[in-house]
Amino acid sequence: MTAHVVDPGRVPDGPLVAPGDSGGLHNVFRQRYLLRLLVRKELRARYQGSVLGMLWSYVQPMVRFLAYFLVIGYVFGMTRGMTNFPIHIFTGLVMVHYFTETFSSGTRSIVKNKGLVRKMSLPREMFPVAAMLVSAYHTVPQLVILVIGSIVSGWSPGPLDFLAGLLGFSIIAVFGMALALMFSAANVFFRDFQNIVQTFTIFVTWSVPMIYPYDRIANLFAGTWAEQVYLANPIANGVILFQQFFWVPTVPADAEYPAVMPDHIFTRGLIVLAACLVLLAVAQWIFARLEGKFAERL
Amino acid sequence: MTESIVVEHVSKRFTMQYTHTIKQMSIAALRRQPLKDTFLAVNDVSFSALQGESIGLMGLNGSGKSTLLKLINGVMKPDTGKVRTRGRIAGLIAAGAGFHPQLTGRDNVFLNAAILGMSERETKRKLEQIVDFADIGRFFDTPVGHYSSGMSARLGFAVAAFAESDIFLADEVLAVGDRPFKRKCMARMEEIKSEGRTLFYVSHSTGSVRKMCERALVLEKGVLAFDGPVEEGIAYLEYDTDGEDEETEADDEIGADI
Repeated sequence: MTAHVVDPGRVPDGPLVAPGDSGGLHNVFRQRYLLRLLVRKELRARYQGSVLGMLWSYVQPMVRFLAYFLVIGYVFGMTRGMTNFPIHIFTGLVMVHYFTETFSSGTRSIVKNKGLVRKMSLPREMFPVAAMLVSAYHTVPQLVILVIGSIVSGWSPGPLDFLAGLLGFSIIAVFGMALALMFSAANVFFRDFQNIVQTFTIFVTWSVPMIYPYDRIANLFAGTWAEQVYLANPIANGVILFQQFFWVPTVPADAEYPAVMPDHIFTRGLIVLAACLVLLAVAQWIFARLEGKFAERL
Repeated sequence: MTESIVVEHVSKRFTMQYTHTIKQMSIAALRRQPLKDTFLAVNDVSFSALQGESIGLMGLNGSGKSTLLKLINGVMKPDTGKVRTRGRIAGLIAAGAGFHPQLTGRDNVFLNAAILGMSERETKRKLEQIVDFADIGRFFDTPVGHYSSGMSARLGFAVAAFAESDIFLADEVLAVGDRPFKRKCMARMEEIKSEGRTLFYVSHSTGSVRKMCERALVLEKGVLAFDGPVEEGIAYLEYDTDGEDEETEADDEIGADI
């Protein structure tokens, strides 16, 4: 065999490295251009071939809102025991919808993009992250509607309320991201996981103060372990903090039915956020362990 | 240090899952049938390639060629052993790029280029070349899902061939596509070679391997059975023994699937 003559000028700088070894969430945010393309792709692909397109992402929350408002509000009479019940529902709904969208589309994201995953080398975390960002993008118009509704209902938030909203949103985002990351990897191996997500989603609706106020929970469980269990749920914390931002400032102090919130929402919120960040790190670790087998199992 | 690809004792074992539901699993377990099986797709393969070398990878179907390519491009990780590469890698795996069927050809080009590490500006600069090369006309702005297999192969090759890279992987690029396009691909790969990129070329066509490569690897059931000069590699494979007149048919033979 004749020895190949190497043109030294053509040898790329840098050492020999393991190819495609660029996983990890931090690398996802380093490649922002690619992430932007994936988000745009996702936005375009999700409603492709439908006439109403993006509008569909508002139909579902709208229908849910109307159903809760009419059934819980009037049939069960919740509007008579609460101030600004529609704001209360919609605030919860925006967060719950953001969470379930992130979780369910994130869980499917790897399997849905198998064409790319099987042939191209890129940080696979891109796909669940893109799903989370798409869901966040869909949340924006809902937030606009929520702000308008709150202003009409006499909204006067203080700076602390604003921080509560930010904290609540972060909890939901981080928690949804962590679960999406874990489940998207698991879903490659067993498609059962995307069905588990659907089941879990139903449960979420009832486990947060959205269609009922927190004081119902307080009346039932105040000071017991059950209350602590309820408040250990990250989604409930996210929703409660969001209620603190939107709903509570619309309820006047001298209202017939004042707003009841649990104690220490900030301390608890910060602890929950820290726990969710730990969960995210664990999710990343699990993802990295399973990722090596994606290409062959899809 | 002038190596471009170093593969050391690499093995890859695949799991074949026979059962996919709890019901199937329990029935198989009751009947004492295996739930899954494994096989070695790549078995203790070692070699290294220098920067700018052009290597033909040959072997029968199922001998592990595409798996080896996936290990080199980083889509798969070896179970044991080490794969290391230097520089950017572009290329095609199993006769196609990773395209998203719902996106247009244009969007897919930008997405693929971004995955290959190109910026938006770089892609725009190369776009004209890519479009010219793929030559799929107005289909460029329609979803890739509606393309014929030849069209998506053309576009896939065009993106990979014009992306900046130091290593170019070409897996069965000539298996689809008509003759004029095959000629164009060969010409482009000659250019890639002359630019000093490492070329890793998988093909069943002895004619094109002869033309393109200075070294041949032959895989046999996952084992690297031959590593050496092209002619000897072809002789080793005994592709030529059916008495075809290789010299005169070399051109027709390019890309013909055996």
